[in-house]
Amino acid sequence: MKDFWKRFSQNRGAVIGLCVLLLVVILSIVAPFIYTKSPWAMVQRPFIPPFTMDAFLLGTDPMGRDLAAGLAHGARVSLLVGLVSTLVSLIIGIPIGAAAGYFGGWVDDLLMRFTEFFQSVPSFALAVVLVAIFQPNITSIIVSIAVVSWPPVARLLRGEVMSLRSREFVEAAVLSGQTHLTIIWRQILPNTLSPIIVLASMMVAAAILIESSLSFLGLGDRNVMSWGYIIGAGRTVIRQAWWVSFFPGLAILLTVLALNLVGEGLNDALNPRLARKGR
Amino acid sequence: MLRFISGRLLKAVVILICITVLNFFLIHAAPGDPASVMAGEAGDADPAFLQQLRERFGLDQPLYVQLWIYVSSVMQLDLGYSYRQQLPVLQLISERLPATLLLSLSAFVISLGLGVAAGAFASARQGKWADTIISLAALIFYATPLFWLALMGVLLFSVQLGWLPGFGYESVGVNYTGIARAFDILQHLILPAMTLGLFFMAVYARMTRASMLEVSRLDFVKTAKAKGLRPAVIQRRHVLRNALLPVVTLAGLQAGQLVGGAVLIETVFAWPGIGRLMFDALSQRDYNLLLGVFVVSAAMVLLFNLITDVLYRLVDPRIRVAS
Repeated sequence: MKDFWKRFSQNRGAVIGLCVLLLVVILSIVAPFIYTKSPWAMVQRPFIPPFTMDAFLLGTDPMGRDLAAGLAHGARVSLLVGLVSTLVSLIIGIPIGAAAGYFGGWVDDLLMRFTEFFQSVPSFALAVVLVAIFQPNITSIIVSIAVVSWPPVARLLRGEVMSLRSREFVEAAVLSGQTHLTIIWRQILPNTLSPIIVLASMMVAAAILIESSLSFLGLGDRNVMSWGYIIGAGRTVIRQAWWVSFFPGLAILLTVLALNLVGEGLNDALNPRLARKGR
Repeated sequence: MLRFISGRLLKAVVILICITVLNFFLIHAAPGDPASVMAGEAGDADPAFLQQLRERFGLDQPLYVQLWIYVSSVMQLDLGYSYRQQLPVLQLISERLPATLLLSLSAFVISLGLGVAAGAFASARQGKWADTIISLAALIFYATPLFWLALMGVLLFSVQLGWLPGFGYESVGVNYTGIARAFDILQHLILPAMTLGLFFMAVYARMTRASMLEVSRLDFVKTAKAKGLRPAVIQRRHVLRNALLPVVTLAGLQAGQLVGGAVLIETVFAWPGIGRLMFDALSQRDYNLLLGVFVVSAAMVLLFNLITDVLYRLVDPRIRVAS
C-alpha cells in the first residue's frame, strides 16, 4: 500500500487529478446542505452575470435559478451515473470476458461475436435510441450507458484470463479438484484486478461525458439537475448569457480530466513494470 | 484479397440484420402499442389509421411473422414512413446524408492529419516544451465535452469575433452558385468540422506519440542511427511508418464515435445532416425516423470499418504475407 502511494504520487498529474476529484466528491456530498432549496427553484431575477452578487456567485440562468446550486447538485448526478453505470458495465463485461477467455473454443467464439456486434454498433447513437425508447430516467440512462460501454471490459478480461489460464497455479487448482467457477473467482479474477481498476477509472470519465451528452440532447431525467441539462438549457441564450453554458461545461471538463489523470496514476502505481513505458 | 473482402462484407450484412432485429424488439419494448409507436403519437392517433398500420406490418400476427415482415422490408431499403414529417424515412435520410458525410469526412481528415502530425512532432521533441504543450492540449481536448466545445466555438468565433458563421450549411437567401457556393459552404463547415475533429485529434495525437516513442526504442531504429541516417529521416521513414499501424486500427474503431459526435455537433450548429434529423426525431417522438437513422448510421460505420480493414491490409505487408 505504501509502495502504491509512492508510485502514485510520483505522477504529478495524478495527484492534481485526485485533488480535483476529491473536491467534486465533497461538493456533491455537501450540496444539499449548502443549497437547501431545490436547484430548480427560482431565487432571483434571471440573467444575473457571474461574480456580481455575493449570494449568487455564478449568476442566474434565464429562469432565475441559481447556477452555483445547479452545478453543486449536478455533481451528484454526474458522479452517481458515472460510477453506477461503470459498475453495471463491469457486471456485464467481466463474466462474458472471463468465460470467453477461460473456456475458449465455441464459447469464446460465440461470446466474442456477441461482443463484436456491440462494438460495431455506433455506441452513442445506440445509447440515444435506448434512452428515448425506454423514456429518460436515471435507470434507463445508467443501463444504456452500461450497454454501450461493456465491450472493452470483456475484451480486456478475455485477454488477461487467457494468459493466466495456462499458468501453474491455475493448473494446480484444477488438479486439486476445484470447480471452474471457484478457479475463475478465487484464482484468476483477483489477478486481473489491476487492469480492471485502471480501465474502470477511465470508464467513469467516459460515462460522465455520455451522460452529459444525453441530457444536453434533452434525454436527461426530468427530476434531477445535471450539468448537461444546464448547458442544453443555456444553448438558446448563449448570446445573452454565456455563463449559463460555460460553467457546467468547465465542471465536466475538470471532472473528466481529473478522472483520466487518476487513471494514468493508477496505471503507474498498479502496473509498475509497465509504468513510464511510452512516455 | 477478394475472398477477404467478400468475407468481411458477409459479416457486415449479418451484423446489419442483427441490428434490424434489435430495432424490431426495441419498437416492441417501447411503452404502448407498436402501431401507435410507429405512428409517433402517444395513443391519440386516428383508430382507422392505426388499424391500417397493424394490417400493413402484420401487427395482429404472431411475433415471428412480424419480425420477418420488418426485417425483410428493411433489407429492401424500406425504412418505413415518418408520419410526423409525412415523408418516407429513407427519403428524409438520403436528403440529409450528403451533409453528414461532408461533415464527418472533413472532421476525420482534420483529426487524423493534424493528430498524427502533432503526435509525431511531440514524440520527436520528447520532454521539451513543445511536447509538454501538445501533450497537455491533447489531454484537455480528450476530456472536453464535444457539444460544449462547439458552443464555446460559436461564442468565440461567431458571436465575439464574427469571423465565421455559427450555424447552418450555407447562407440563406443569397443563392450563390458554383465556386461562390462551395466557398460559402466551406466557411460554414470550418467550425463544426474543427470542433468535431478536435476530440479525435487529441486521441490520435496521444496514440501516435506513445506508439512512436515505443517504436523508437526498437533495435532497427538503433541500426538506422548507427548507419548514420539523419534523425528526421529516421523519424519519418522508419519510426512513423511503423508507429502508424495502431493508429489505423484506432481510426477504424473511432468511426462509430464520429457518428455519435455528429449528432451533437449537428444539433449545435443546425447542420442539416442525419444527426440533426435524429435530434428532431427525438424531440418529436418520431420512433420510425429515429430507428431509421440508427440503422443507416450503423450501416455507415460498418462500411467505414470495412474500408479501414482493407486499407490496413494494403498498408501492412505482414498481414498480406501471413494470410
